[in-house]
Amino acid sequence: MDEKLARKLRILADAAKYDASCASSGAPKRKAGADGLGSTTGAGICHAYTPDGRCVSLLKILLTNYCLFDCAYCVNRRSSNVARARFSVEEVVTLTVEFYKRNYIEGLFLSSGIIRSPDYTMEMLTRVAKKLRRDHGFRGYIHLKSIPEASPWLIEEAGLYADRLSINLELPTEASLNRLAPEKDGAAIEGAMGQIGERIVQAKEERRRFSPAGQSTQVIVGADATTDEAMIRKSALLYGTYGLKRVYYSAFSPIPDASSALPPQAPPLRREHRLYQADWLIRYYEFSPDDVAGAADDGMLALDIDPKLAWALKNRHRFPVDVNRADREMLLRVPGLGARAVDAIIKARRHGRLRLDDVARLTSGLKRARPFLIAEDFRPTTLTDRLDLRVKLAEPAEQLSLF
Amino acid sequence: MRGSLENPPPAEGRGHLGGGIHVVGLAPGADLAGFRAAARRLIAADVAPENIVWQTEAPSLFGADSAAADGPPLRLPRAVTELIPMVVPHRDPERYGLLYALLWRVVHGERALMEVASDPLVHRLHRMRKAIARDLHKMHAFLRFRRVPGEGRERFAAWFEPDHHILEAAAPFFVDRFRALTWSILTPEGSAHWDGTLRYGPPGRREDVPDGDGFEAGWRDYYESTFNPARLNLDAMRAEMPRKYWRNMPETAAIPALVRAASARAQAMIEKEPTMPAKRDPVRAVAKMSQDEPETLDALNAIIARSEPLVPGATQAVLGEGPVGARIAFVGEQPGDQEDRQGRPFVGPAGQLLSRALEEAGIDRREAYLTNAVKHFKFTLRGKRRIHEKPTAGEVSHYRWWLDRELDFVAPKLVVALGATAVLALTGKQIPITRARGPADFGRPFEGFITVHPSYLLRLPDEAAKAAAYQAFVEDLRRAQALAA
Repeated sequence: MDEKLARKLRILADAAKYDASCASSGAPKRKAGADGLGSTTGAGICHAYTPDGRCVSLLKILLTNYCLFDCAYCVNRRSSNVARARFSVEEVVTLTVEFYKRNYIEGLFLSSGIIRSPDYTMEMLTRVAKKLRRDHGFRGYIHLKSIPEASPWLIEEAGLYADRLSINLELPTEASLNRLAPEKDGAAIEGAMGQIGERIVQAKEERRRFSPAGQSTQVIVGADATTDEAMIRKSALLYGTYGLKRVYYSAFSPIPDASSALPPQAPPLRREHRLYQADWLIRYYEFSPDDVAGAADDGMLALDIDPKLAWALKNRHRFPVDVNRADREMLLRVPGLGARAVDAIIKARRHGRLRLDDVARLTSGLKRARPFLIAEDFRPTTLTDRLDLRVKLAEPAEQLSLF
Repeated sequence: MRGSLENPPPAEGRGHLGGGIHVVGLAPGADLAGFRAAARRLIAADVAPENIVWQTEAPSLFGADSAAADGPPLRLPRAVTELIPMVVPHRDPERYGLLYALLWRVVHGERALMEVASDPLVHRLHRMRKAIARDLHKMHAFLRFRRVPGEGRERFAAWFEPDHHILEAAAPFFVDRFRALTWSILTPEGSAHWDGTLRYGPPGRREDVPDGDGFEAGWRDYYESTFNPARLNLDAMRAEMPRKYWRNMPETAAIPALVRAASARAQAMIEKEPTMPAKRDPVRAVAKMSQDEPETLDALNAIIARSEPLVPGATQAVLGEGPVGARIAFVGEQPGDQEDRQGRPFVGPAGQLLSRALEEAGIDRREAYLTNAVKHFKFTLRGKRRIHEKPTAGEVSHYRWWLDRELDFVAPKLVVALGATAVLALTGKQIPITRARGPADFGRPFEGFITVHPSYLLRLPDEAAKAAAYQAFVEDLRRAQALAA
């Protein structure tokens, strides 16, 4: 690999890393054709981890970090003084194929700064995907960033080649968008999400391919005054309205050459973590946005305990829960019991009453669950009423912070 | 590595030690075939788990004979048959004994045992299965190929050290993924080779794999650049990528330096004052970027013409035809075989019928606007014939944007939807034509009218019915013409 290409790669990987999405999951299982390259496994694979604990699954790069937009939170905004570079379509294809052959990656996650026009940029992104699929018989994973300002027919085409499309909402309110991302338009963003969502559903029904791994988005945490509650309500809306697969929360991170329009202080990383947990409660634990709001104080989730525990502590009258009798919905509310553990409990209790030892073999979170459940040989008579329960179960505050 | 047999014992007869103890010797590694054969035989002979000694590292004495010594197949719940191959590769010498104990209980009344995940035996086997799944996953994730220098077909090789005996379980993944490449995977226990067929061979050595690759430096560059120093979280990294894997992953050489510099880099970003943009604002480029919308029908048509089909088939896009400002516009379904060849709408048999009907209804075709909901011909090939295939609702949606803009530019007083696909494209709804025929509200800035597609008339088998339908069609066109006037 020559030094010129390596230099571009450094710049354009650095420029892409603030997008939190890394998933390579959800694509239909595919195998390489006789002359082709690549497969998808369904669950996705993380091929490495960087010292920030994040997974490296896809080659996540920008086609270019030249950009005509001036979004305050973005390292690539036109007024930023970062180094700029631009890949050719051919270069991105080569990097993807050669990295893939060495088993470094699951595929490509391609985004771009807006150059010339949204349409031109979107066409270039699609051209990369098309070339990979056609010229190289590439059946690995392709995630394309869609540009909501581009003409809608370009999104129709992109979905034919991509496994996943995403449009980043970035800021959860129209007011923040206007203030921090003047070239963006909330209505256009949600319009394009609606278009993609509708097409994905149609294609599934018709057994055709259109962004088969769904669509996702990202919102930045801590760049504006949006509360956790508002954030989760927005996400629930996005999941419900557009059938989004994932909402990524990205704690606004210090970037080289930051804009003065941003708050000087980055939010604690743990806030991002709590939002992910709340998001999971909505998607997998039958919590409603109201439940999450109920777990929060003044719209903000506690940092020292997770939102499920926070909800349980505020609803102590619903506990303890009997593992041998409670329905699934209530078992899912027990802190420390994951969805898989709950399903194992329900299966196992058909064949005999569960004792505390049994439960211990079904979950790794018994220590946290204990004060909230009843087993054949166990009752936490006093524990749920103890005032210091929160203190006992809270995580030390310094974990996960910067140093 | 297949094949096994109960060790021929010294005195008491095959497979028996004193006191009715059976000694079973299986091949080193993951001897699934050997375990299956032994388990069938032992269950059939009603040998209890406590009377069996499983020897795992014994050399296979009569490898090929194992099939002959098979017992009858066991009928087992699927949860059990799926578990066995996922536990057999485990390096725990007790694995066969534990699996046999499970089989024993399952065939002795506990058919649903696998559902009782809280049972200590099931729990332990589940954990072993999980360890294998993780080992497989990590091998699929962390193995790195290096290109073997040489001419001709590209060859790749990798060295990997799995925790368990998983080479054979892991190899199919690489076949599915790198089918067109030639590769070898070497491990301390054995090797797998693919050049169109998969072969297993003897253990390899790390030195047998090239000590570098032309893309490794670039990959390390990528790894370094995608790391965010403001989010250092070593525990999370180590939990997912334990140190033991690092020495076979070229990018991990970058870790110590990244970690050392991280906090200083993050601090520098935080402390740095916002700077003034070094370049001047590209005012004109920014203004120009938002004028991307096609401003004329010709500009739109140029975009449609150079776009690729969003339905399979088609040699070219067939654009609408007729004057901007036409009072009446006709929307059909999609171009047919003739239209696709000539690049003009309504020139095939159905189009000729439409022309005739228009003339009879007193409509000058040259003054009307004619177009299709879908701009490309979709077909299946039957022999040499290209058989028209109806576009799906999703495909119609793909093209909706173009039709919408097109009609915006033409701005007719009335739009006639010819057939159900046109109605779908204009309203987003599936509406039966027979019921909706006549004037219609499409919820658009133009008046709407629904009638059949002329190809429907061509398909009617009965001549009398055909004539009547044709007259009704001409009558519809007259009404539409009157409404558009």
